[in-house]
Amino acid sequence: MDTEVLLEARGISKRFGGLAALSSVSFSVRRGEIFGLIGPNGAGKTTLFNMLTGLARPDGGEILLDGARIDGLKPHAIAARGIARTFQNIRLFGSMTALENVMVGRHLRSDGGVLGAVLRSRAAVAEEHAIAARAHELLDYCGLGQRAGDIARDLPYGDQRRLEIARALATEPKLLALDEPAAGMNATETAALRALLERILFSGITLLLIEHDMNLVMGLSHQVAVLDYGEKIAAGSPEQVQRDPRVIEAYLGGAFA
Amino acid sequence: MILADNRWRWALWIGIAMLLLALPFATEALLGRSWVRILAVALLFVMLALGLNIVVGFAGLLDLGYIAFFAVGAYSYALLASPQFGIHWPVLLLLPLGAALAALFGILLGAPTLRLRGDYLAIVTLGFGEIIRVFLNNLNRPVNITNGPQGITLIDPIRFGDFSLARTHEIAGITFSAVHNYYYVFLLFAVLTIIISLRLERSRIGRAWVAIREDELAASAMGINTRNLKLLAFAMGASFGGVAGGLFAAFQGFVSPESFHLIDSIMVLCMVVLGGMGNVAGVVLGAVLLTALPEALRYIGPLQQRWLGEVLIDPADLRMLLFGLALVLMMLLRPEGLWPARRRAPPAPREAAHGH
Repeated sequence: MDTEVLLEARGISKRFGGLAALSSVSFSVRRGEIFGLIGPNGAGKTTLFNMLTGLARPDGGEILLDGARIDGLKPHAIAARGIARTFQNIRLFGSMTALENVMVGRHLRSDGGVLGAVLRSRAAVAEEHAIAARAHELLDYCGLGQRAGDIARDLPYGDQRRLEIARALATEPKLLALDEPAAGMNATETAALRALLERILFSGITLLLIEHDMNLVMGLSHQVAVLDYGEKIAAGSPEQVQRDPRVIEAYLGGAFA
Repeated sequence: MILADNRWRWALWIGIAMLLLALPFATEALLGRSWVRILAVALLFVMLALGLNIVVGFAGLLDLGYIAFFAVGAYSYALLASPQFGIHWPVLLLLPLGAALAALFGILLGAPTLRLRGDYLAIVTLGFGEIIRVFLNNLNRPVNITNGPQGITLIDPIRFGDFSLARTHEIAGITFSAVHNYYYVFLLFAVLTIIISLRLERSRIGRAWVAIREDELAASAMGINTRNLKLLAFAMGASFGGVAGGLFAAFQGFVSPESFHLIDSIMVLCMVVLGGMGNVAGVVLGAVLLTALPEALRYIGPLQQRWLGEVLIDPADLRMLLFGLALVLMMLLRPEGLWPARRRAPPAPREAAHGH
């Protein structure tokens, strides 16, 4: 087993009716890198993400995290193994505060039950404080320290995206999968996001990134894979991928030709 | 400053406690004893509504058969503390048993419906509620268990040693009739369910429930075992209903399937929705108002007599009409309930949280 590799996908296939959403896609993500996943809309990127995080089951192929199969596991079990994600169409817990959203992310790394909560046992109170303290730290870390008490659905768009990252980080992932984190952000917000992603990487978390912002994804990623119509058409360093004629034809076309 | 704050808070709580303790006597003096009974029933409905609030308000699972758990609690008490089988177990054993049995039924209902949401879940839970009632109605043949539609009579009152709540007692010169005694016991249980609800809401478990309500898929991706937590919500909610059912059976001394119709489930749901789904204080308010309102509307008959000289409209009809009107107005004017759930400020203040 290659201990350099954190996540490995082997021949992942998925069909929706007659449509092959993914045909035998393989790639591996090394520990401590940013892996970019690009491709035109409908190429199967989000479908792939859903399978990595247990929200959908692949029809064929295997997914390994740290050498152990995770395909077919329930989403919460995969989260426990160390994959956290954000969503392309933001999925926060709308009526909760920013702080509470992040506190939900701590669910996995805490174990207080009904009895402790009802009796307010010393352990339960201490754990609750620890959860809140960690959530505050993560909000600060993601630049949302001032937003702790704000209701999630009332936050500006860019803050909601960063809150999703803070919530995902609260689960203490090995791999953080980001589905278009820069979508809808202006240049300043994107720059701040980029700095945040670099900080996260330095803290030892591997990043898997779906992104349409080419400057961001090419500038950040160590490796890039390109999907088109459910097939991996190219993979390699950003420079290699940008030179690949199939990629230029399929996707980058106007921008990079 | 903090000391003064605490003192005010204590003064407030002591004031509320005194008010609640004096309430049955004030009510009896002003409105008569029947209203003390209504107060006691209102407290039972507070427990029921808070139990349903865990399922519907916190976890977002629409349950239209909730009254079945009330029935399970009531019948388990009735069967084990009445001449029906000649069994007379003590209340301190029967209430936990009723809670556990109801929780078991909650899981039995929850397990097959885990994949269902919204309308579909509502239909199945509605069916479940009716199944329980129909069972109770028909379990008198071939072996008589529930005594069928006649119900079970002569149920033991709550008794601690020789101290029976069903009797009038004189303590320190104050006369406590049966209905007063039950009011205080129900008050104790209602306060306990309020405390449990509030503490659960502000716990890891409560947050996970609300997360499931808000976005089940995101909740599972964040590591929440949605299956277990939904079952836990069903079981916890049901156990409140089971305890309330046991208390109800002891209070009435009689239970029959008539008390557990679909309309009763809907009534409890109305209390939750009208009061403010997910907000404990709102749900308590909803339960008290919806218990008292139909009773208050009974006075329409006598009032017509006094003001118009005759009863023009049948009070029973008018009562349901006004009740329906109140519901419609509520939905139009305050769709989120009288006292809607507002997410609170951060549970642990920043400084305090960092200090630990």
